[in-house]
Amino acid sequence: MTALIAGTWWMTHRRLSALVRNPAMLIMSLAQPVIWLFLFGQLFKRVVELPGFGAGSYLDYLVPGVVIMNAVSLNSFAGMATLDEIERGTLNRFLVTPVRRSALANAGVIEQALSTAFQSLVIIALGWAGGAHYPGAAAGLPILVAASVLIGVVLAELSTTLALLVRDRNTIIMLNVMLLLPLTFLSSAFMAKGLMPGWMRHVASGNPVSWALDAGRAALADDPDWGAVAGHAAPLLALAAATVGLAVFSFRSYQRSQ
Amino acid sequence: MAHAIEADGLVKNYPGDVRALDGLSITLGQGEILGLLGPNGAGKSTTVKILTTLVRPDAGTAAVAGHDVLRRPDRVRRVIGVVSQRSGADPEATGRENLVLQARLYGTGGAQARRRADELLERFGLGEAASRKVKTYSGGTRRRLDVALGLVHRPRVLFLDEPTTGLDPEARASMWAEIAALAGDEALAILLTTHYLDEADRLARRLAIVDRGGVVAEGTPDALKGELRGDAVHLEWGETPEEAPVRAALGRLPGLRDVVLDGPRLSARADDGAAAVPAVLAALDQAGVPAAAVTVARPSLDDVYLRYAGRRFAQADTAGTADAAAEPAATGGAR
Repeated sequence: MTALIAGTWWMTHRRLSALVRNPAMLIMSLAQPVIWLFLFGQLFKRVVELPGFGAGSYLDYLVPGVVIMNAVSLNSFAGMATLDEIERGTLNRFLVTPVRRSALANAGVIEQALSTAFQSLVIIALGWAGGAHYPGAAAGLPILVAASVLIGVVLAELSTTLALLVRDRNTIIMLNVMLLLPLTFLSSAFMAKGLMPGWMRHVASGNPVSWALDAGRAALADDPDWGAVAGHAAPLLALAAATVGLAVFSFRSYQRSQ
Repeated sequence: MAHAIEADGLVKNYPGDVRALDGLSITLGQGEILGLLGPNGAGKSTTVKILTTLVRPDAGTAAVAGHDVLRRPDRVRRVIGVVSQRSGADPEATGRENLVLQARLYGTGGAQARRRADELLERFGLGEAASRKVKTYSGGTRRRLDVALGLVHRPRVLFLDEPTTGLDPEARASMWAEIAALAGDEALAILLTTHYLDEADRLARRLAIVDRGGVVAEGTPDALKGELRGDAVHLEWGETPEEAPVRAALGRLPGLRDVVLDGPRLSARADDGAAAVPAVLAALDQAGVPAAAVTVARPSLDDVYLRYAGRRFAQADTAGTADAAAEPAATGGAR
């Protein structure tokens, strides 16, 4: 157990040092969500007037949507870093040391979680500066950030698994481009589920992106429905744990198949 | 004490009917240095990957320092150092940071890890480069760091997988000097793979010649050459001659052995090469297939390879590269 913790610590330390040395990437990748916040905020401003939308201002509704969409988009490229490590030979260098395979996967999860949390906080602050209200902020914002981290972990681990099994950059890019919009628009990110066409509502209910959004929004409400928060957060947590397991398994499988 | 490496009957297939290893066996004693010499695609790297726990063989057994690579990979990893073909050093970190992290991964404490890093930086002449990012290093400097990384935890068995491939002649000579110094360490056994004949000749006290997934000959470079008994006689024609008259003409000559005809080139052995040449040329003239050029040489490792693998090393190497390029992507990530 101590070996696992020490291994995880040193592998994480390595990744975070790289991040701290080159923070420009983290800042630059914020440009995209800021643009979404501005564009969607303007474009869909009046949808709150639709009967049954159920939010005071669209910006209030949008901020969690952009936070979660950003987490999805940022983390779905995690596999690219894994491919870099494979191509450089760094991954093999670690695999021939006693470091635990799960420490390699854990380090990725922790790095992605910290970057995601940082970006989510920046988006929340920008939303607030733009006039968004967060009535249940004290408990709601930490839960929204946690939800963004969890959905981020799901996407990051799937992306890493894909990188280890397929080992092809283009496949990852293609899948990401193909999936980002359906994943976010077939969720409650930008439109209240009650106002979606029936089939979309069903798809959205089974979409983990919606689970993250619904948990975050429910917790942000004036009078939070904690049952609803838990009901959405629990399956999300289970899914995140399952994808971490999948990534650990794919490190082992990579080792066998190379 | 157990052997440093004991591999027996290793078989490895890759998808698409690529048989990388076909019953390869090698033994390496404590503190010895063994060279695996073979063209690209012969199975050297696959052997190293199996012995370093990166790949599981389909059949066969292997033990490193007495630990079974399949049953106790964790123990194997503690006693091996690996310098693989691709650097593996973190390009965004400095040389010292790479070394300290590597020491940490083996459970070394902070102060000791820094001391060990400094020791290795000094020993490999990396003092000046220690605080620079690895991505600014030259090929030779980076390679020296790779070797230092492989030695951080004082392994008992060091794997050097094509250590000088891609280096310029100067960096190559300096790497050879480092390896020769390492080979003097009696506590360290070294398995060196190479596809350079001169490198194998110079560095390995014992050689295993690998071809098509198996060991075809083994011994000291001198013994292998000595087995060929006599000088190499090489003949060349302007264009590929008819085989029958050539063989008939040379078959009548006493003292000429191991005749291998390969396109417009022919190799044979003779106890006294210089004395055999006039008779050879006369016989070919008479048979109507006069040779365009003739050379006599003391036996080289290339001749050893030709004798056991039935083709010239350079040809096999090029063919191997083509095979390797045609291998499925599934193995691509590992090379």
